[in-house]
Amino acid sequence: MMLQLSGVHAHYGAIHALHGVDLAVQVGEVVTLIGANGAGKSTLMMTLFGQPRASSGRIVFDGEDITALPTHEIARRGIALVPEGRRIFPRMTVIENLQMGAVLGEESNFDVDLKRMYALFPILEERSTQRAGTLSGGEQQMLAIARALMSRPQLLLLDEPSLGLAPLYIKKIFQIVRELNREHGMTILLVEQNAHHALRVAHRGYVLQHGQIVLSGSGRELLANPEVHAAYLEGGHAAAARPAA
Amino acid sequence: MTALVLAPHGTSPADRLKDAAAVAFIALLLGIPMIGLLTVDQGGALRVATRWPTLFAFVAICFTGRLILRLAIDRLRAAKQARERSDVELAAADRTASPWLTWIGWAALGVALALPMVFSENRYVVDTATTVLIYVMLGWGLNVVVGLAGLLDLGYVAFYAVGAYTYGLLSTQFGWGFWQALPVAGAIAASFGILLGWPTLRLRGDYLAIVTLGFGEIIRIILVNWTELSGGPNGIASIARPSFFGLPFKPPGDEATFASFFGLEYSTNHRIVFLYYLILALALLTNLFVSRMRTLPIGRAWEAIREDEIACKAMGINARNVKLSAFAIGAMLGGFAGVFFAARQGFISPESFTFNESAIILAIVVLGGMGSQLGVVLASLVLVLLPELGRDFAEYRMLLFGAAMILIMVWKPGGILSHREPTLRYRANGGRR
Repeated sequence: MMLQLSGVHAHYGAIHALHGVDLAVQVGEVVTLIGANGAGKSTLMMTLFGQPRASSGRIVFDGEDITALPTHEIARRGIALVPEGRRIFPRMTVIENLQMGAVLGEESNFDVDLKRMYALFPILEERSTQRAGTLSGGEQQMLAIARALMSRPQLLLLDEPSLGLAPLYIKKIFQIVRELNREHGMTILLVEQNAHHALRVAHRGYVLQHGQIVLSGSGRELLANPEVHAAYLEGGHAAAARPAA
Repeated sequence: MTALVLAPHGTSPADRLKDAAAVAFIALLLGIPMIGLLTVDQGGALRVATRWPTLFAFVAICFTGRLILRLAIDRLRAAKQARERSDVELAAADRTASPWLTWIGWAALGVALALPMVFSENRYVVDTATTVLIYVMLGWGLNVVVGLAGLLDLGYVAFYAVGAYTYGLLSTQFGWGFWQALPVAGAIAASFGILLGWPTLRLRGDYLAIVTLGFGEIIRIILVNWTELSGGPNGIASIARPSFFGLPFKPPGDEATFASFFGLEYSTNHRIVFLYYLILALALLTNLFVSRMRTLPIGRAWEAIREDEIACKAMGINARNVKLSAFAIGAMLGGFAGVFFAARQGFISPESFTFNESAIILAIVVLGGMGSQLGVVLASLVLVLLPELGRDFAEYRMLLFGAAMILIMVWKPGGILSHREPTLRYRANGGRR
């Protein structure tokens, strides 16, 4: 087991955001966490990273209890985060952003890793000396993913990678998630509002509602589940879901 | 008034007239009691006299002044928008550094080196240039904290004071020389930087600014009140001047002096010129040091912290250490400048370390363009020379000073040089430089 959350509670001041979440990610899996706005998806992601710290429960990564570690120590254990809203360093160049991602790694790996990222995201090579803030939203998302990968993580956390992107880029991002997992064996925990795309790429999925896991199962099962369908796939995503499925 | 100045406005002539009329109306309202009415002493009794012509002149000045200001701002804004449009096109292309900036840098260095030779007999010029260089050095030091790490520090003068007083005390109490005291003062200033940084780690922006402002005042007030240590408001006098590798700058006497050693005729200008080259060397070392730091992981981490602290932590960067190092190094450089200041003046008192100084140093960093090394030089020139040139305008010089600052900010909101030099470039063949 790579990552195991058991009975995790989290608070934002007086607000009780997570109510005893149990979740597990195995090596080589893509696990997705879906839920509506405000269900606590991003809170769960940030709690994993110690911001805010879990008020009770246990988070175990690779056999080590990381519940009480500070954020930067958690990152050093081999977890990389692609944060919600990308959070690239806008006034630094693309290549400097990638360098920041590699800050923990061996200096000698940098050139190899950079070539790998350029192969994965050719647009970043074209834009390498440009300020990251001048990239388009989709390009910034790719930069954020590449930056996270530069640290050679064991587990990649993606927080709403498709948020605010054009449909073409959304497709591209999920293609990359699939490629990273299927071809490079990357273990990925994916938080998404775009349930349709997320469940299709994931091996397993969890549904989060009001800070609690209400459903879990394989991606295929959840896609076929009428409740999930009604709550997360009808409405906004229904039109996109039908022709693709 | 401020609200009016900042309010969104139309740009047609009619809008400008309306805006100027509104300002004139406010001027009229305020002017009636303040200018229009005057109490005069008439045979022991106070009478109210009226000055309507003066009042109308005042209102007219406000009206036309506002009209001209509005016009100027609109012009500048239009010009800026035109420039930004071309900037966006530039951004799409490869953004390499413009070579003329490098040339300006070298030219400035050449001028700085030649200046005391050209003006060797003009003490005033060399003295003023020394002052400019002190501010350049302070600006480069504060640039680490504000420009690179993005931590708004309004109490930077505190570290300048710590450096100056450390040297002042070591010199008068223990007879230490300039070069011995320099590293010690730097280390003490750095530890004060950590002292300030530690409790403010979680603060950002305005909140951090308030605490640093308070810190600057605390240091000054301690210096005023701790008479036994600092001499209180009387300060510390007869601080040893730096010597030229052990050769003092003195009139010829028994011991070897700078003039006698080199067989020169004694002149007070020797010391002035020496001090100038000393601060030039210190400032250049500061520049080299900061430029080098920027390309190291720690320097990049400073900039990344400025950009996004949470993302930085998620990269595995210890934000606490990064911020403390920025505070410590910025403070150390301020401390060095303080040692030089004490050595140059020979006398220090808390009056030299008021908030006004912090504000000027911060203004240098902001006007120069946050994080830009050359920008700091240009801004120091503007901010030190303007009040000097403005001496002829007597009490209006601060008005001139303020107007210049506003104009720079309207014309170049990012500072004189807002260009940021990338710390790493890749050549096409994949080699790194």
